[in-house]
Amino acid sequence: MLNLFINSALIENMVFAYFFGMCSYIAVSKSVKTALGLGAAVTFVQVMTVPLNYLLNQYVLSPNVLGEGIDLSFLSFILFIAVIAAFVQLVEMIVEKFSPSLYNQLGIFLPLIAVNCAIMGGSLFMQQMVGTEINNVGDSIVYGLGSGIGWWLAIVMMAAIREKIEYSHVPAAMKGPGIAFIITGLMGIAFMIFSGINLDKLGDLKPKAAEPVNEAVVETVVETVDSEYDIDMAEDQEAEPFDTDVNNL
Amino acid sequence: MKLSKNFTNPLAANNPVIVQILGICSALAVTVKLEPAFVMGLSVTFVTAFSNLLMSLLRNGVPSRIRIIVQLVVIATLVIVVDQFLRAYMYDVSKQLSVYVGLIITNCIVMGRVEAFALGNKPWASFVDGVANGLGYTIILVIVAFFRELLGSGTLFGMTIIPEDWYIANGGFYSNTGLMLFPPMALIIVGCIIWIHRTINKDLQEK
Repeated sequence: MLNLFINSALIENMVFAYFFGMCSYIAVSKSVKTALGLGAAVTFVQVMTVPLNYLLNQYVLSPNVLGEGIDLSFLSFILFIAVIAAFVQLVEMIVEKFSPSLYNQLGIFLPLIAVNCAIMGGSLFMQQMVGTEINNVGDSIVYGLGSGIGWWLAIVMMAAIREKIEYSHVPAAMKGPGIAFIITGLMGIAFMIFSGINLDKLGDLKPKAAEPVNEAVVETVVETVDSEYDIDMAEDQEAEPFDTDVNNL
Repeated sequence: MKLSKNFTNPLAANNPVIVQILGICSALAVTVKLEPAFVMGLSVTFVTAFSNLLMSLLRNGVPSRIRIIVQLVVIATLVIVVDQFLRAYMYDVSKQLSVYVGLIITNCIVMGRVEAFALGNKPWASFVDGVANGLGYTIILVIVAFFRELLGSGTLFGMTIIPEDWYIANGGFYSNTGLMLFPPMALIIVGCIIWIHRTINKDLQEK
């Protein structure tokens, strides 16, 4: 389960490995505060819809579950998006009812989660991973959480960097989306270091003396993760350490 | 009305990907090779065109409160048609595109054009707008895929372009740039396209 979490949050990060949710990622990453809010909402919706769609996939859509010879898997797109849209509508109504201030803060971004590719992508990948990485509801919750947090992490880091970049001299034609794409590319290259994590080793958590090199890699990577979280939470001087990181690569 | 302007505008000056920043989501991962990028572009063109047409026909009969759900159902149905078609006639490409075909549903271009254009215009104009925006998207995908396939694998549409005896393995001086095959390079190429595009169209630059 830890494997699945680290894999979905860092190694196969929704934004850097699959470009999911890029539209709102580019559009909303102008301030850290809204990025945090949207990231939280996306993570919540992701955690809820992936297990729901998992159950739907297992008990309705898979071949021969509704009866011998019935295969509804071609309907999965339409059912998944219906679940997601209905759920987002529900969340919107609940938030509006119980916390109007949060509702006003998130504004238009809340309904837009329904068409965020990260949510739909999460469910579609989950469907592909059934039988290999995901074998029960617990796994699907972990996958939803991991991929949601990965997206959250990415958009907050991006917002922090873009807040700083306001003060630098970006070429006029690159301002706005242009530089945002280049930064995302560089962050993606930085995130490629996570593919050095040896998931099998992490799973049994018993250090083996035979291959010390891999252990070292894992340790440094875990340290990097920690420091990056700290950087995000501190909300200041995020850009510099990360940029140096990229340059050193 | 000015149909021809409707058609040419989204191809360059108001390109959906690099100007409106829509539909990057599901797209860039299919640009490692030209063939899937091309097929993906055409699939999106088909879906955008017909969802625009259908929603434009339905626009007076759908209450605005439930229009998002209606749009999603129309789009999802069209995407299922595309998906089944690809599986039947182009199985290899369909395998390469994997989940990205399904993600056309949440592609912001489709929803964005329905919301911004089809709900307020006549069916034929909406259809043209959908085709043009789909083609504008295809152009960007093909440009990105061109560089990534040429520099990353030395081929175009699967045909070898870089002569075999240039490679170091055959005693030459050349080797493919493996980094081009990784996802971040697609973003950097799009960033460069935006840079060039905005250098030419100065009115798009942000102050």
